[in-house]
Amino acid sequence: MSGSYFSGIFGKSPVKPLQQHMEKVVSCVSELVPFTRAVLASDKEAYTLHQQNIVEMENEADILKKELRLRLPSSLFMPIDRRDVLEVLTMQDMVAGSARDVAGLIVGRDMRIPKSMRKSYRKLVKQSVNACKQAYVAICELDELIETGFGKVERKRVGRLLIKLDTIEQQTDEQQVALRNELFKLENELHPVNIMFLYKVIDTTGNIADRAQRVGSRLQLMLAR
Amino acid sequence: MEFSLWYLGLAAVFGLFMAWGIGANDVANAMATSVGSKALTIKQAILVAAVFEFAGAFLAGGQVTSTIRKGIIDATQVIDDPELLVFGMLAALLAAGVWLLVASRKGWPVSTTHSVVGAIVGFAAVGIGVESVYWSKVVTIAASWVISPLMSGVLAFLIFMSVQKLILGSKDPLANARKYVPFYIFAVGFILALVTMLKGLKHIGLDLSYGESVMVAAASGMITMTIGVLAIKRIKIIPNEDSDFRFANVEKIFGILMIFTACGMAFAHGSNDVANAVGPVAAVVSIVKNGAVVQESALSTWILLLGGIGIVIGLATYGWRVIQTVGRRITELTPSRGFAAELAAASTVVIASATGIPVSTTHTLVGAILGVGMARGIGALNLRVVRNIMLSWLVTLPAGGILAIVFFFLLKAIFYRGAAI
Repeated sequence: MSGSYFSGIFGKSPVKPLQQHMEKVVSCVSELVPFTRAVLASDKEAYTLHQQNIVEMENEADILKKELRLRLPSSLFMPIDRRDVLEVLTMQDMVAGSARDVAGLIVGRDMRIPKSMRKSYRKLVKQSVNACKQAYVAICELDELIETGFGKVERKRVGRLLIKLDTIEQQTDEQQVALRNELFKLENELHPVNIMFLYKVIDTTGNIADRAQRVGSRLQLMLAR
Repeated sequence: MEFSLWYLGLAAVFGLFMAWGIGANDVANAMATSVGSKALTIKQAILVAAVFEFAGAFLAGGQVTSTIRKGIIDATQVIDDPELLVFGMLAALLAAGVWLLVASRKGWPVSTTHSVVGAIVGFAAVGIGVESVYWSKVVTIAASWVISPLMSGVLAFLIFMSVQKLILGSKDPLANARKYVPFYIFAVGFILALVTMLKGLKHIGLDLSYGESVMVAAASGMITMTIGVLAIKRIKIIPNEDSDFRFANVEKIFGILMIFTACGMAFAHGSNDVANAVGPVAAVVSIVKNGAVVQESALSTWILLLGGIGIVIGLATYGWRVIQTVGRRITELTPSRGFAAELAAASTVVIASATGIPVSTTHTLVGAILGVGMARGIGALNLRVVRNIMLSWLVTLPAGGILAIVFFFLLKAIFYRGAAI
């Protein structure tokens, strides 16, 4: 078809697929909330199902990630750095990976969370999911950033979103510390291997927020250019 | 001349064919930006293209036509044998037409302008003699093919930066869009009218001084601005219509602006590209009519009309489909970007038209789009395609030239009976 070469100059923008990927990651991570609820209720059937959902969505995110990577040939000229796009993508993917790890750990060892830790752990999960959602909100601003040509007002707006993300992440850090203290107190009562793995669950759950925050810092780098 | 009627007939047919080809293919690139950004529906785009291509061709197409007709070849070289020039111009038309047909079938990025100029230079250098080409003029034209995309790129960059500063990047983009967009609309009307007044209108009996031209241009800018303001008032602003994308309402206002730049783009395209079809026809007609090469003869208005009509027919029969196809693929270009690219490209092309320099509208538009991209305005641009488009004229020139040489000797073998005197 004639004229097709002209439309060819418009490459496929990575923004929408990047947002779609993050959307998938958020729904994957959000599944941790009902999962944790089921774990705390010792409802094995339910939490195995939720874990399967998490794994499935993580896989779907993985496929989106690979598609997006293929879409970014080096001849593409973009308002955002190719490397930044790929790094944000990797970070987003790692968020989903952490969620999968948490669920895998708990299901794999059929773990029980000690009673005194339950409330705090549920809070940590919730806040980690929030961090993830907040990162998604920031990623959703990419359209607007490009629309305004990275205008000052819009950059500030995204900056504010990222500050909120940092705050959420800090809260998860504090929650982790509290949980570890709680676990430390229980160390005499529990089996050493279980203790080890409980520390690991806390760590990995905290990782979700950590990585979500790193999605944000990558976005910040895009703004700085 | 023995075959005068033949020559006239062939010129008209080839010229119409060429104009048809321009309307069928070339216009699409100019109009698709507006369709892609949804500023115009396909029907509106065709209407705009038909009216403004025609107006551009008729009102402002004279300068470039005269360059194509007599600016590239020194016709005094064939004063004894004007038929050679007839063969040459016919061959050039046929060569460019055929080459364009082949290239568009294959999806190659070629330009009408480059094909025609290549064809004319080709037949003249080989068929008449190397010294018969005004090489300095050819160099100027070739240089303009580099300069015009560059210039429109810089213009588009600046226009888009101003849009970012004044509107998109401001605290209240919607209010500022209402405030500033009318000025851009004014600029569209003013620039187009001014350039047309200064250069183009003598042949319809309107000869204005510089001062008068500026006044008329300002008036027409005001008129377009008023229409624009009224249109903007009619837009329905839906608060938070699409929370996913907060600039939907602002883009609607730019959509109005883009209707005007689309008109400008069509006008500019008509003013420059009609010459590709009509210039050689005019040369043939003038030789046949006078029986000799007459450098000073005026351009017949009906020839410009012929070109304009050909373009509109091309648009109606085939071009609309191409516009639709291309438009569907370039949705990345939202009105706020599309207008910047179109305004820059249209201004550049119209200035080139007024100076009588044949440039490629598509290349100029590509340059403008790159300019917007440089201002971080477009999601992604495929630089490889851009490079191919820009380099394509290196291929197109010899291709048009060689084809023209072949057709030239073919026509000569059929019609030539020896020198007239």
